[in-house]
Amino acid sequence: MRKRSLTLLSDGTLFRRENTLYFENELGRRPLAVEGIYDIYVYGHVTITSQALHFLAQKGIAVHFFNHYGHYDGSFYPRESLNSGDLVIRQAEHYLDGEKRLRLARLFVRGSALNMERNLKRWKVNDGFSEELRELLEKLEGARKITEVMNVEARIREAYYSRWDGHLPEGFKIVKRTRRPPENEMNALISFLNSRLYATIVSELYNTQLVPTVSYLHEPGERRFSLALDLSEIFKPIVADRLATRLVTKRMLSKGHFREELKGVLLTKEGMKKVLSEYEKELSKSVRHPELKKNVTKKRLIRLEAYKLIKHLIGVKEYEPLVAWF
Amino acid sequence: MSYDPNCNNENCNANRAEYPLTDLLITGTEINYLFICPTKLWYFAKGITMEQENEWVDLGRFLHEQRYANEEKEVLVGSIKIDFIRRGDVIEVHEVKLSKSMEKAHEMQALYYLYYLKKLGIKARAVLHYPKLNETKEVTLDGREGEIEKAIKEVERIKSLPAPPKPVKLKKCLKCAYYELCWV
Ligand code: SF4
Repeated sequence: MRKRSLTLLSDGTLFRRENTLYFENELGRRPLAVEGIYDIYVYGHVTITSQALHFLAQKGIAVHFFNHYGHYDGSFYPRESLNSGDLVIRQAEHYLDGEKRLRLARLFVRGSALNMERNLKRWKVNDGFSEELRELLEKLEGARKITEVMNVEARIREAYYSRWDGHLPEGFKIVKRTRRPPENEMNALISFLNSRLYATIVSELYNTQLVPTVSYLHEPGERRFSLALDLSEIFKPIVADRLATRLVTKRMLSKGHFREELKGVLLTKEGMKKVLSEYEKELSKSVRHPELKKNVTKKRLIRLEAYKLIKHLIGVKEYEPLVAWF
Repeated sequence: MSYDPNCNNENCNANRAEYPLTDLLITGTEINYLFICPTKLWYFAKGITMEQENEWVDLGRFLHEQRYANEEKEVLVGSIKIDFIRRGDVIEVHEVKLSKSMEKAHEMQALYYLYYLKKLGIKARAVLHYPKLNETKEVTLDGREGEIEKAIKEVERIKSLPAPPKPVKLKKCLKCAYYELCWV
């Protein structure tokens, strides 16, 4: 059985009785086949009993929690069953060795930038971005400190956002990328998707021997699972940005899917439902993998990225960030 | 009580037998993998395992308990079912296998257990069953000590390499749990 992600949008209680997990709310009690659950994403107000958590831990199922705005709050990350002392040491080594760390940090930014370029070409709003990018990538190669890498990244992102807007319909312009709380619809949508993507990556890392707290571009401890932040640089443009764009240009989302609150704009429950179902669909789409010579889902591409990182760390093959060919 | 490698409880570790021979600090699975693929062996030995293998019960670990001699046991190792049966003063190791495709690997793994048991002073014989082919095969150690010692040395050599041996793409790779890791 192919395991699936479970999303809980409505309020209710998650509990265990005998060897079954149940979700109960005003609509009734629904048994959940635990063997078929890969991970759980909680958006509603959900009460989880400790027995349910014990059960989930036993099955190695991570649970991710999101707040009112749909922003990531934290994860229930069961004790890891997959461990490799050898890999942990190599991960730390690549952090402690300044050169090695810089190399990985640059690669994450580079991959991210090339995926942004790919998007702008798809949307036919490249408008000089590629030329600008070539220069910035040269700067990136010359960066001697993580802060310099970060600065180049910020400049690339700025150049990207200013073009991306050209492809977005009126009323859904990004204008200025704001976060926490988002000030307009598109910002709210992008933040929501980025949060969901981040949690997806945390889940993928949970299923590898990589330690999610040791990272290279982001400072470890900046957020608990900072390695997921590193990897999300690669996937944000090709998953979150593309999906956000499609949702608004294809008019799958309207202004009615958003509401304004004291602290900013956010998706309504209906809006979240729509976005999450499209997100699931998007990640389960397959693409032909040129090296593996088989079809893999977009979600699997995240796992493959983790594998490439493992190979880099143990010295098998230099990490080459995924640049979308699709 | 079963042996839990993560257990720090002294009472638990008290149940754990001393490792009898320091040159046998490798597991049956590792011997098995040596004959399947050295790349896979390296990854596995370094703890880089794949989801599909999570349910593998490590027979080598099981043997460390040395409790097999008291009762009839059934151990599941992937698709192989192993029975330990005490018959007088001889232990019988029965393995039921689905196909002969990994014959050599399974045979060497069984041989390793026999070798191990012998070092502990326990007489044993192994019988491999192929119900689908309606065949059985007996594996005995006699005269094959050298073969298994060579395999042990080779496992140790591969485990001590700083990086995994370069993978070689063969038909078996398509069914291997490490396929994506090896070829991405
Ligand atoms: S994919 Fe092939 S080379 Fe890699 S571990 Fe498996 S059998 Fe060995």
